[in-house]
Amino acid sequence: MYRYDETDRELLRQRTEQFRDQTRRYLAGELPEDDFRQLRLRNGLYQQRHAPMLRISVPYGLLESAQLRRMARIVRTYDRGYGHFTTRQNIQLNWPQLERVPDLLAELAEVQLHSIQACGNATRNITSDYLAGVAVDEIVDPRPYCELLRQFVALHPEFYWLPRKFKFGFTGATVDRAATRTNDAAVHVLRRDGAVGYRFFVGGGLGRLPLLGQEMNAFVPEADLLLYACAILRTFNRFGRRDNIHKARIKIVLREWGIERFRAALEEEYAKIRSSAEGERLRLLPEDIERMRGHFSAPPYRPSSEVAAQVTAQADRDPRFAAWLKRNVRPHRMPGYRVVFVSLKAPQRAPGDCTAAQFEALAEVCDAYSFGELRSTYDQNLVLADVAERDLYALWGRLDAAQLATPNIGLTTDMTACPGLDFCGLANAGTLGVTHDIYRRFDSLDAQYEIGPIRITLSGCMNGCGHHSVGHIGILGVDKHGEEWYQVTLGGSPGNDAAIGERVGRALARNEIADGVERLIHAYLRLRSDDDETFIECYRRVGIAPFKVALYGSESDSEAAAA
Amino acid sequence: MSRVIRARAIVEDDWTLAVEGLPYGAAAGKLIVPLARWRAERAALLSSAAAVGVLLPNTEDVESVYPLLADRPLIALQFPTFADGRALTQAVLLRIRLGYTGELRALGDVVRDLAFWLARCGFDTVVPRPDQDLQACRQALDEILVAYQPAADAHAPVWVRRRARAAG
Ligand code: SF4
Repeated sequence: MYRYDETDRELLRQRTEQFRDQTRRYLAGELPEDDFRQLRLRNGLYQQRHAPMLRISVPYGLLESAQLRRMARIVRTYDRGYGHFTTRQNIQLNWPQLERVPDLLAELAEVQLHSIQACGNATRNITSDYLAGVAVDEIVDPRPYCELLRQFVALHPEFYWLPRKFKFGFTGATVDRAATRTNDAAVHVLRRDGAVGYRFFVGGGLGRLPLLGQEMNAFVPEADLLLYACAILRTFNRFGRRDNIHKARIKIVLREWGIERFRAALEEEYAKIRSSAEGERLRLLPEDIERMRGHFSAPPYRPSSEVAAQVTAQADRDPRFAAWLKRNVRPHRMPGYRVVFVSLKAPQRAPGDCTAAQFEALAEVCDAYSFGELRSTYDQNLVLADVAERDLYALWGRLDAAQLATPNIGLTTDMTACPGLDFCGLANAGTLGVTHDIYRRFDSLDAQYEIGPIRITLSGCMNGCGHHSVGHIGILGVDKHGEEWYQVTLGGSPGNDAAIGERVGRALARNEIADGVERLIHAYLRLRSDDDETFIECYRRVGIAPFKVALYGSESDSEAAAA
Repeated sequence: MSRVIRARAIVEDDWTLAVEGLPYGAAAGKLIVPLARWRAERAALLSSAAAVGVLLPNTEDVESVYPLLADRPLIALQFPTFADGRALTQAVLLRIRLGYTGELRALGDVVRDLAFWLARCGFDTVVPRPDQDLQACRQALDEILVAYQPAADAHAPVWVRRRARAAG
């Protein structure tokens, strides 16, 4: 866990006071609404349907127990007793009052949390592999690089007023668990001939025009992280379109110019930085990286190889524990340790929601069983990354008591959804009601285990915060004459096999959509070659046609719709 | 004459923005002219005005036009809205890549809440939007005294400061 020093603390303190003064001036009528809008966005405040929404950055998804305890207090004091984890690993509060936000931010700052650049046209919270440091397939731990970049982009004066938001996503593993190529820039930390470096992709982004990032440079040397990031941001700041908000992301520059022209411009800027005094100042020394790596050193594990039998015995006695062990617990690099997923997808709950009592329970279990740390994931769940096998049963009991042990990780009811019409001012349609309807149909664990791994994702509008375009089954809320309708896409994926889903045909009405999803899943069960073929594998093999028939009931219906 | 903030002080401005139809002759004083005009009327301007500064559109590539600007005592950059940060990159490049040491002036929708960012990017003169309080704008130049990254001001990068600290 990165520990703030005096510089970090002082910067955050002054930033918090800056926003306190801006809020005061706005409330006193000294700051026009339009001016304040730009300022509050860059402090995480977004105007929603009922109240402002406050987005709290969770840098690369890493949290510690003191922060969780503070979150519990904050959601009780300033909100309605719960917070919401997002696909960018952040936490959103739906009901804060503007007058109290400066105090709220000051309370966050005391535990190293903030909302700097959480919204607005600036570089956003950096996301990362949630298994960083423990993944079996990891090449390089990306967290030190994430933090170095976080500091570089935080309040960067040249890049604080960009054409549009800009997102970085990191991984240092062979499996991409952070949907990196859906970011404006993806950074893959890797080794070549023993030397660490970065493979950079640029131009990803969901929303109206979902695109995946394209490779710009296959190997930028380790020391040049900030130089290359600076070159990307400068190119974007200069050439990103400012005449149309829907065409302002960097992906549009890439599309209008073509990859070759964009890469040439980017490489030219990088070369200029590299050969200048600016490059000298931005270049990291091995000691800088070493110092940062020290913040993320492995915890004091007590390796053990004897407990596996005990865990098996516990599982034999208790089938609910066994189910959880099977679905929510994954291997760890260290013998005797496991990675534990905490499901935020209990029945009757909005995906990603976490109550004050749950924040407290999480603080306790991560102190007791996972060296005081917790991670938030791309899929709106949480991870206890370093749990000793001997503690699994006790941990499960405590998570279960807090309704945090639903054994559904990666399954049908582990849906990803944005807040939709219930909260979001931009929404066309609700998402939460639809997740409830789908949940009800697949509540039985046996049915979910039969179906196997599947990713169902929902967004309430084209902005795609629920990442519908990279869901195996993606559901997009659309507005038809003031009614809520839902468009279905199939075959999307955010991982190594990243793909943008294909639209099936006409939208379904609110009362048809859950049935439609059920029919798609039944079609898969009929179509799959054997029990091991997953939904996405099956879809890729057989194509969209049989699913189209399944979704609309008959061929002619789907044809009419596509017209 | 209007008042502006120059080198962290509130002063009377002695420059006149002459977009077109300008007062040539003895009364001309110090003029800021658009780049196109500087290109077209360079000799006439130099012989009649006391000094000539150049106003750049924020879409201009400062590196390619710099030969026309290097000897100018003033370059003015534009903010059509304060949230349009293109002139910030222009300023940084002028200062750190091209080594421009003359006056850099921010014009347009320049509000108090932009001042801090302007100062860090190397602007030394701020001409605030008419509704802005000059005193408040001046103070806002130093709104945050800590910085992580280098820009066009005196802040050393935080990683460099930490090296020094580690070395004791
Ligand atoms: S996808 Fe649309 S409805 Fe959902 S949170 Fe984003 S903007 Fe709101």
